[in-house]
Amino acid sequence: MSPILQFEDVHLAFAGVKAIAGVSFEVGEKELFAVIGPNGAGKTSIFNVLSGVYKPQSGRVRFLDNDITGLKPHRIAAMGMARTFQNVELFANLTVLDNLMLGRHHHLRYGSLAAIAWLGRARREEIEGRRRVEEIVDFLELEQWRKQSVGLLPYGVRKRVELGRALAMEPKLLLLDEPVAGMNLEETEDMARYILDIRDELHLPMILVEHDMGLVMDLADRVMVVDFGQTIATGLPAEIQHDPEVIRAYLGVTQ
Amino acid sequence: MRGRPLLYTSYRADMALLNTPAKRVSLGLLVLLGLALPFLLQDSTLNLLAMGCVAAIGAIGLGLVTGYAGQVSLGHAFFFGIGAYTSALVSGETGVRTMGLGVPNLLVWLPAAGLVALLFGVLVAPLATRLRGLYLAIVTLGLVFIGQHVFGEWGSLTGGTGVGRAPARLELFGYDVAATDSMGTREQKSFWLMFSLLIVFALAARNLARSKVGRAFTAIRDRDIAAGVIGVNLSRYKTIAFAVSSFYAGCAGALLYPLVGFIEPGTFSLLLSVQYIAMVLIGGAGTISGAIAGAFFITLLPSLTRGLQPLVPFISTSPTELPNIFQVETILYGVLVIGFLIFEPRGLFGIWIRVRTYWKTWPFSY
Repeated sequence: MSPILQFEDVHLAFAGVKAIAGVSFEVGEKELFAVIGPNGAGKTSIFNVLSGVYKPQSGRVRFLDNDITGLKPHRIAAMGMARTFQNVELFANLTVLDNLMLGRHHHLRYGSLAAIAWLGRARREEIEGRRRVEEIVDFLELEQWRKQSVGLLPYGVRKRVELGRALAMEPKLLLLDEPVAGMNLEETEDMARYILDIRDELHLPMILVEHDMGLVMDLADRVMVVDFGQTIATGLPAEIQHDPEVIRAYLGVTQ
Repeated sequence: MRGRPLLYTSYRADMALLNTPAKRVSLGLLVLLGLALPFLLQDSTLNLLAMGCVAAIGAIGLGLVTGYAGQVSLGHAFFFGIGAYTSALVSGETGVRTMGLGVPNLLVWLPAAGLVALLFGVLVAPLATRLRGLYLAIVTLGLVFIGQHVFGEWGSLTGGTGVGRAPARLELFGYDVAATDSMGTREQKSFWLMFSLLIVFALAARNLARSKVGRAFTAIRDRDIAAGVIGVNLSRYKTIAFAVSSFYAGCAGALLYPLVGFIEPGTFSLLLSVQYIAMVLIGGAGTISGAIAGAFFITLLPSLTRGLQPLVPFISTSPTELPNIFQVETILYGVLVIGFLIFEPRGLFGIWIRVRTYWKTWPFSY
């Protein structure tokens, strides 16, 4: 079984600040891989390297046996990597449906001239896209907010819409950056159920960055702990919980 | 589905452009009113409204790049000028002062004007993919100055500063639209022509705006990094935005001057660009109908202030006395832009939405 994603000895620095200092990991098929660590450890930087927002100084990222290091974000997206953001990055002036349709952007193949005429291919593809988007609306129970501007929705729903937008891309790997950050218990449980459903029904491999340890320990197949841009430990959730290095990173040392 | 007009049984019906009976009826009435206007109004008013239609085409173009895609362009006057001169060149005959190709058919010079402007838009687009916000505004401002210099100096094309040249001729397959005959007066026929063209251009823009292209524009405007991450090719769509916008500007430039009567190189100045920015802002950025409303508003504003003069006798009509109506016009113009930005940033379209919401939810206020 070859891994979906290989992250090989990546280094990323911003003018002397080492955000990622040689992190390596692999994500296998159908695996839910969690990345945890204290604030500023470099978790989101790892995501930004994966999705092409940052270009690492050295190291390699391989996705589905292609080298994607340094590719433009939209190329990586078209290959099948989707992500959500820590601070919801939705298009606030568009409706829920339009946000989801944007997720399907690279599945719509018609050109600008076809769009102007809105006949034949453009209309057919838009309607087909809408049908697929409605499946996601159904899956994430977003029916009642369909035609509302995303900017007016409650925070928990926005998080869900963002997950929906990532799913609309029909990805082969899903990156979730703190999907339950700032949520209350009920919303967190809902989100956890959606994540499990995605795994069970869509068999999608996922990388999860999260501070909610309960969620991570319950859901993840494997966990990687990073601190100051370096990997401290990688392993099963149960092992990680008792790793002395991890405990030191989170709680500090007693003299 | 009688009695339940808002029940949709297919995605196609739900996604249609005019998906409610109210929209269908009101648009139908508006078009009918437009077609009937030449029988109701005086020729001078009609000419003004025809200019409004053309300005609306230009404003829709700017609205696509600035309102939808969020790329502030002050260079609209430049593309406007390119369109005006391309059309004049294709349509005019070579004379003593100016050159021409002698193809007066509108269906030739209008696309030519749009395409040449589009070409320049595509040439400028690489700047837009690297710059944004204020920096892009300044660079596009540079275009206006380059354009003004070239238009002023290139006498054989433009006739030179202060002189100008004849614009394109409104002729369709040998039929002169701009001549009074049994079909109607010059103004009636040119209004019908401009009104029909506005419908075509507006429909095309609306279709573009609701397609994946329009969604990509909005995505780039709202959050460009997220847009890239979900698969929108940023440079490609910024280029498309500039190309379409310049095409619209070129067509508007080509169509406006036949109504004015002559083209003077000095008109393609920063003021013209600012006027179009004002149309988009006052109308409502990011909407097609807003751009049209804003264009008519700005075009009709001067005649409104002139109409006010008899009511306010202390304002003079002579430019030598103080205060005069030309000053009032300029001041009003500035006050309106500031007023809209502060009190209703969504422009005329926003006011319409408020009115609509009020009546939709009446008698409740929520």
